[in-house]
Amino acid sequence: MKNLIILGAGTSGTMMANHLVSKLPKKEWSITIIDQFKTHYYQPGFLFLPFDIYTTKQVKKNGKKFIPKDVNYIQEKIELIVPDENKVNLENGTILDYDILIVATGTKIAPDEIEGMNGAEWYQSIFDFYTYEGAKALRDKLRTWEGGKLVVHITEMPIKCPVAPLEFAFLADSFFKHKGIRDKVDITYVTPLGGAFTKPKATEALHYLLEEKNIKEVTDFNIERVDYKNNKIIDYADTEVEYDLLVTVPTNMGDALIERSGMGDDLNFVPTHKATLQTKDYENIFAIGDATNLPASKAGSVAHFEAEILTDNILRYIKGEPLKEEFDGHANCFVETGNGKALLIDFNYTHEPVEGTFPFPGVGPLKLLKESRTNHMGKMAFRWIYWNMLIKGIHIPFVSATMSEKGKNFE
Amino acid sequence: MKKIIANREIDVNEEGYLVEFTQWDREVCECIAGECNVVMTERHYEVVEYLQEKHKKEEPLSIRGIKKSGVVDIKEFYNLFPGGPLKISTKIAGIPKPKSCI
Repeated sequence: MKNLIILGAGTSGTMMANHLVSKLPKKEWSITIIDQFKTHYYQPGFLFLPFDIYTTKQVKKNGKKFIPKDVNYIQEKIELIVPDENKVNLENGTILDYDILIVATGTKIAPDEIEGMNGAEWYQSIFDFYTYEGAKALRDKLRTWEGGKLVVHITEMPIKCPVAPLEFAFLADSFFKHKGIRDKVDITYVTPLGGAFTKPKATEALHYLLEEKNIKEVTDFNIERVDYKNNKIIDYADTEVEYDLLVTVPTNMGDALIERSGMGDDLNFVPTHKATLQTKDYENIFAIGDATNLPASKAGSVAHFEAEILTDNILRYIKGEPLKEEFDGHANCFVETGNGKALLIDFNYTHEPVEGTFPFPGVGPLKLLKESRTNHMGKMAFRWIYWNMLIKGIHIPFVSATMSEKGKNFE
Repeated sequence: MKKIIANREIDVNEEGYLVEFTQWDREVCECIAGECNVVMTERHYEVVEYLQEKHKKEEPLSIRGIKKSGVVDIKEFYNLFPGGPLKISTKIAGIPKPKSCI
């Protein structure tokens, strides 16, 4: 009997367990998935939780429900990966041998990386919304906040879902309008990049959103520290931005397990071949989703497309066939713009998001890079798709793992 | 689109960043630097070469990376390329600026 072990039962790990259980012969392969946490979160929902659009119940479920019964599910903390010996050590002392390992340990926020961020004001006047705890604490804060300077801030790239902070700013504008206190709230978007939008077509098509919603932009801001006593963030050029409420996306880092095991880069992401998803250092270790160092967006849709390609490559690896260099960095994301509207973007390593129709060329029904109510309904419907199709490894009809160039206006 | 840089036709994007790195050399580099009000010194070139190396390896460019580079510290990086140092240094190095997905 051979062993395939999946580390992490988040979006990627759960999808891989579901894909592989029906593809690997049960008499030859045993599949194990390990995760210390019981709860599976619908992470895109963390964007809506602070605004009371989703309830806590809508964004979490018992993870066990989504792991197939023929897969061994171990709820233990992983202590170490020993890649030279093909072993995984658990905190309780158990040592597991593997023939193939899939690393799906994701990314975490690391607020300790910036002086003054994770201090006395953390979850008082400084919040993240990339964790369940952060999004919930921010919800409680927003329920009673009476206005002032709201700063939406990105610490450094890469981050999970790079559009989420922008969506947060848009939804905040709507939220305060509905509350009747928009005139008492000043919204500023602070980014280390050259703009809130960084791709030429998107900048041209979407910059009006910031102007229309009166969201100020501070660009090229590389934060050095948070002066939480005086309510300001300060960058390396000594530029200061004052806040009353700071909603930040802290540095994103791979799991500490990757660092302990000596398998990561500076940010604990696993160096991975960008088209095959095999790790660069070990041929029987593969990585997927946020845990990798791929130059793709860290997002569930990317993990979903990767999972289809990684499944095929694992089958090829088992048969001794060459791996297919197929993954193209495909991402497909709804972007909330507030007031019941959203955009849809579809892009990959080489093609920036452009206008067009999706998934049927020339027909739609969804429009790319344009605000519409249909796109917003798509985003809302996606929660159902996530729980009922995506993490169960069910193919989403008409949406291929690699990006289609049809129906898009590249020039 | 094309732009005349150092008396040559060079392929650039809407914001003046090189599209083909093979067209980059020190002459082109110094012209772009001039447009950004930067006078190139050997120190500048050390940073430019570091950035080009990172880009070749497809590693994302960030201030953290600069801090750990061993080539230059952040204060000097800001002094060498005043304004938006990553945005300006990448343009001079003939590589794309750090981007997000939209």
